Amino acid sequence: MRYFAPTTVDEAVGLLAESPGRKVFAGATDVIPQMRAGRPEPDGLIDLKHIDRLMGVRRTATGWVIGAATPTSQLTGNAELVAEFPGLCEGAGLIGSDQIQNRSSLGGNLCNASPAADSVPAMVVNGMRAVIATGGGTRTVAVEDVPAGPGRTSLAPGEFIVEFELDSAPANTGDAYLRLIPRTEMDIAVVGAGVRITLDGSGTCTAATVALGAVAPTVVRVPEAEAALVGSTIDAAALDAVAAAASAACNPIDDKRGTIAYRRHVAGVLAKRAVNIAAERARNRAGGTPSSNGGSH
Amino acid sequence: MARRLINCTINGDPTDFLVEDGDSLLDALRNEVGLTGVKEGCGTGDCGACSVLLNDRVTCSCLVFAPEAEGATITTVEGLADGDHLHPLQECFLEGAALQCGVCTPGFLVAAKALLDHNPNPTETEVRFGLAGNLCRCTGYDKIVRAVLEAAAQMREANV
Repeated sequence: MRYFAPTTVDEAVGLLAESPGRKVFAGATDVIPQMRAGRPEPDGLIDLKHIDRLMGVRRTATGWVIGAATPTSQLTGNAELVAEFPGLCEGAGLIGSDQIQNRSSLGGNLCNASPAADSVPAMVVNGMRAVIATGGGTRTVAVEDVPAGPGRTSLAPGEFIVEFELDSAPANTGDAYLRLIPRTEMDIAVVGAGVRITLDGSGTCTAATVALGAVAPTVVRVPEAEAALVGSTIDAAALDAVAAAASAACNPIDDKRGTIAYRRHVAGVLAKRAVNIAAERARNRAGGTPSSNGGSH
Repeated sequence: MARRLINCTINGDPTDFLVEDGDSLLDALRNEVGLTGVKEGCGTGDCGACSVLLNDRVTCSCLVFAPEAEGATITTVEGLADGDHLHPLQECFLEGAALQCGVCTPGFLVAAKALLDHNPNPTETEVRFGLAGNLCRCTGYDKIVRAVLEAAAQMREANV
């Protein structure tokens, strides 16, 4: 196996094109355990962390750009990003220990394509887009269109994600991410729920996105829950409809972390709770106070 | 394939060593540099026994390819003491009997140093979350958490 450390996107594209046996990596927190578990060793590994564009959290005129290989500790350590998108930072901050946080990245979490990837539902509800390097330049797709199934993405051979685009949140908007694991820390989600809510001045919901992780082969949007929220004041009837829709949207597996029935039930509970947190943050925004940071755990 | 020469700074000293591209930083530190305080536990980033500071950030060295160390600054447990003068964390681990077999201890010390570098006055909960990436199968965690809190208190006092 050979190690490459290109410093430009074009150089990385060229290195990938030279041999189909090469892979890109950022923090290696998935690729090394996979090699140790017996997956075929790539004949070349391309380290993306020396390419400036893939590293860092940058403000733009219209929002944010997050380099695909940026360690997630740089997201949770960015007070402005945490204030504007606490839910996104909650999801990103749940990927493993502090040791892992200093290596794990949004690009890696998305492209490893685990159904339980903690950053993905929050990326989806915030409408994030992935800018993908191809042979002939870049193309931009919605994050929710990247995962294709467990361990599979819609990226073509030779492509990799350069950065993520995140538009500034509209006024009176809040996001949240919750996950259930059997212990307090350091485990893989049984269910993850990401929610984003926008309210008008009177507290009526004008926009809502709900996405679930770990309950289907890929992250799933729950349009029925979103429809139940829009036009409501996030009242009890709307919350019950969210829970029912979230449970119905699941297509989970039975495994050691939870049964199908348990995952369905928990998806409804978590979706409802995440709606309440996101709505509370949206109300606080309306009052001009920044959303509270739920912390990185 | 030819081995690759890596130049970096380890525990304050400019260091060079030869690696295969697929080697882990953990193996390079132990086998090429002789820093056997870095322990291999799980090899998959779950147990934290191989924790080092890589450019001042705590990282599992088993999940780093050795060539990534080129130009980096690395601190291992061997770099915590100042000559014969142990780091307050090491003193408090000894005083508080925060270890039994000791295999996890270097990783805990490095992770605890990273925690206190960023948060000199952590709560017990913050210590427990901050050390969640380190596993100990002997002591339970109470003595370790108490040792870290005690070291933090001593270090704050020393800095006053």
